[in-house]
Order: sequence, then structure tokens, then C-alpha cells
Amino acid sequence: MRVMVDLARCQSYGQCVFAAPEIFEISGREVLEYDSAPSDEWRLHLERARAACPVQAITIGPAAGPGKDDGQPSTVRPAADSMGVLR
Amino acid sequence: MSGHPGNRGEHVVGEHVVIVGASLTGLHAAEALRGGGFAGRVTLVGAEPHPPYDRPSLSKRVLAGRMSADSTGLPQRQDLDAHWRLGNAAVALDRDTKTLTLDDGTALGFDKLLIATGTRARRWPDTAEAALTGVLSIRTRDDALELQARLAARPRRVLVIGAGFVGSEVASVCRELDLDVTVVERSAAPLAGALGQWAGAAAGRLQRGHGVDLRTETSVLALEGDADGRLRRVRLSDGDVLDVDVAVVALGAVRNVEWLAGSGLAIDARGVQCDPFCRAVDTDGRPCDDILVAGDVACWPHPLYEGLLAVEHWDNAVRQARVAATTILHGAVRAHTALPTFWSNQFGVNIKVVGVPGRADQVAVLQGSVERAAFVAAYGRGGRIIGALAVNTPRALDAYAEMISSRMSFPPDLNAADAPDPIRVLDLAVPAAG
Repeated sequence: MRVMVDLARCQSYGQCVFAAPEIFEISGREVLEYDSAPSDEWRLHLERARAACPVQAITIGPAAGPGKDDGQPSTVRPAADSMGVLR
Repeated sequence: MSGHPGNRGEHVVGEHVVIVGASLTGLHAAEALRGGGFAGRVTLVGAEPHPPYDRPSLSKRVLAGRMSADSTGLPQRQDLDAHWRLGNAAVALDRDTKTLTLDDGTALGFDKLLIATGTRARRWPDTAEAALTGVLSIRTRDDALELQARLAARPRRVLVIGAGFVGSEVASVCRELDLDVTVVERSAAPLAGALGQWAGAAAGRLQRGHGVDLRTETSVLALEGDADGRLRRVRLSDGDVLDVDVAVVALGAVRNVEWLAGSGLAIDARGVQCDPFCRAVDTDGRPCDDILVAGDVACWPHPLYEGLLAVEHWDNAVRQARVAATTILHGAVRAHTALPTFWSNQFGVNIKVVGVPGRADQVAVLQGSVERAAFVAAYGRGGRIIGALAVNTPRALDAYAEMISSRMSFPPDLNAADAPDPIRVLDLAVPAAG
């Protein structure tokens, strides 16, 4: 599980800190810091934080990239045409 | 699964969209394609072996050792269903055959191509000095890991070359780690290129107040190593010779456009030119329906600013990626007109910027107080507000973005309760256009 906060959009309201103090904190006066790869046990808190954000700056999802299992594309590889170009 | 394109502008299910650049822009374009109902094939090509990761945290929390580089991986939507070609750089584009060539020789055909190859760190110009152990840049995840390890080894002194945002953030981390740090900046103040001389002077006071040895109007004459090729000393133009073990080259970024040589696209040092719909423009000035550009590598016309705009902002990467995806799916229906906006956290201070303050000829603090390190400054050019800087006042900035978008006169008449009295308008040296 990965978390991303759009810090251009974030206005440091701090609602996420109340909802998921294990993941978010305000450091200094206005600097939001967060754990971008939190343990799954905080999933519910994280969902609450996302819902509570007044500017909807929080995104949650699986880690981007090829699947962990095989590192291969998730569907069949494309076939090469007569010119050797993958289509 | 052959992907013959339909008529121009017509979206065909089963098309193959290839995205060159597997970072923030590429990922968000792929997500926006799926979000827009695209059911064809999406391939993301990335020169680095890593899946998309969060770059801004590299020069901050990763460097400070408070976040592992592994944790920087970005989230993706569940149904992205993309093909990944990581660790493969694109080396050539043939527009006639709509084929991309990768560095392992693979030829990859596409119906639509998104160019999102971003930038790389500008290298120290002396190649022998740049090769010394301890001379580093910070742009990639691997860069950050190496620099973090070197800082953790408690060097005698860190040299930061260049006091832009990245250099200043590195200096901030050094002080957080209680490391001696010297910042060398050729111009008169840190951050002055982006924020002007006045805010740069305030940033300089902030840095010195946190114990940074900041040397402005100073340049590095030579980096010197020992017999084992390890960095040992730096000679500065002010006559000083300092013992340093680590030098961070923070001299800005270079667009990754070399692989497009001979492609017939309009390219210069600002990047790959595109129209407001993210369509790449060819050397005859014609937009290409099937080749799009977004993110740090793009430059494009913005309705509020003269010439072409080229920025290296997280926000722009995301927004421009979404516009490019819309153009891929629906043609030229949605222009990219978002205001540039970015943030930085350094020395415990939150900095947010909207518009293009670097092009301003005047600046005025309109709310708060510089002494208390919580203020908003507005920037004007030709009597119109074109940018704003919010220091530790992030919630104030939306109102300024609105003023900039509606081209209000400068200084705007706010009647803010926390306005300084009187409001002083300062003249700035007018930067070169472009």
C-alpha cells in the first residue's frame, strides 16, 4: 500500500493527522510529512484521512510498476510483425 | 493485436499508446487513459530500473535518512494494466513508421506516443573533477541513496554548488543532521532565479540563521582530489580553500531530448515544444496528432505568459499528463492552462509558489510579516499580478491564484486584515524574457 499527497494542493489543514496520526504529521508550523509506505494495519485510518482531507490531496493505491510476482507485463507480450516491430 | 490507427482524432479500442518516461508524468498519463475508459494497450518505457517514484522526497526525507528509498514508490490505480519496459531508454523515434527504438534494439510500434522523458541533473562541467568520489548530483533514487549514505558517514564538510531549490533543500538536510555545509552561489542570493532578489535575500538570512556557510557571488574554481580520486578540497573564487568530502552539484536540470534528434520535432534547450493540447509541434510549426509531450521535458504556450513556458514542477507533471491523455482519447478539446505552482520545505519553513515570480519586475508583501517568517508576497510585471509566494501561509495562496488568472492589476487592492502598513512595492531587476 502506497500513499501520495499532492503537496501543491495540500494546505496543511491537518485533518489527516487527526485521522491517521500513525502516518501523517505536521512538522514545524506548516510542513506536512507522511509515511508513504505504511503498514496495512492502518488501512482504515488512512481511508478516513483521505476522506477527511478538505482539498482531497491524498491518493492511496498499490505500488506502481510491474506485478511483484514475475516482473512481467500483466497481459501477453505483443507479437512482432513482419518488420520485427512489436505492435 | 495489430494496432492500425483509425482516422485522425478518432479513438480506436485496441490502439497501442506508448509512454516514454516511467515517472510521475508517465504514470499519471496512463492512469488518466484508464480513467477515461481507454481499453487498449498501454506501454510505459523507463530508462531507470525503478518503477515510478516520488522525486521531491529524495532531497528531503530520504536524504535525511527518515524515509527509505524503497518507500518512495508511487501508488497506482488498481486497473492500470500497463506493460512496463523498465531499464530501457528510448534511443530513436521514426515518425513515418510510428516506431520507437529502445537501447536494447527493440522496435516498438505505437498508435499514439507520449514523450515524458523529463530532465536529468546538469553535470559538473569539468569531467575529471566530476569523476572524483564524493562529487554527486541528486536527481534519481540511486543518487539519493548514495548521498544519504555519504551524509550518514559524517563528512567533515559538505559543499553544495548552486543555491536553487534543490541545493537549498540539501543544505537544509545537512543542518538538520548537524553537518557543516558551505553553499556556493554565483548570483547574489539563493532562490533568486525563481523568486527574485528580494525573496532570495530573505532566504539567505534564513539559511545563515540555520548555520549555513552561504557564499553568494562566489564560484567554485576547482574541486581537488587525493591520489585515490577522492574529493578532498575546493578552491573558491573568494580565495578560500575548504576541506570537503562531499560536493553536491545542484546546477539545475537538462532536458532529455537528445534521443529525438532527427525526429523532425521542434526541440531546443527549453525542451520539446508542444501546443496547449500537448501535441508535439514539428519543425514546420505543425502539431502532430499522434505524438504528445508532457512534464518537465515539455515547453508550451501559456495564455498568461509571454513566449513558451517550461517548468519542472510536480503539479505540472500531473496536470499536463491528464491533458495529454484527454487529447489522446478525444483530440484537441482541453487546453493546458493551469497556473504553474510548486512547493518546497526547507529549514522548517513551508514555501508555496503560484504563477511565475521569476519574471516579475515588482514585488510587495501583502500579508503577514517577513520577520515572523509567515507572509505572502505578490509579484507584478507591467502593472499586472503574475505570481505569489506564500511562506508558512499555504491557505492564502488560492486567492492569489485567482487574481493571477483574472489578470488583476498590481499591487492588488486586498484590504487584508494582516496587511503591512504601509504596503511597500519594491522594484526588481527585470529578468531576460523566456
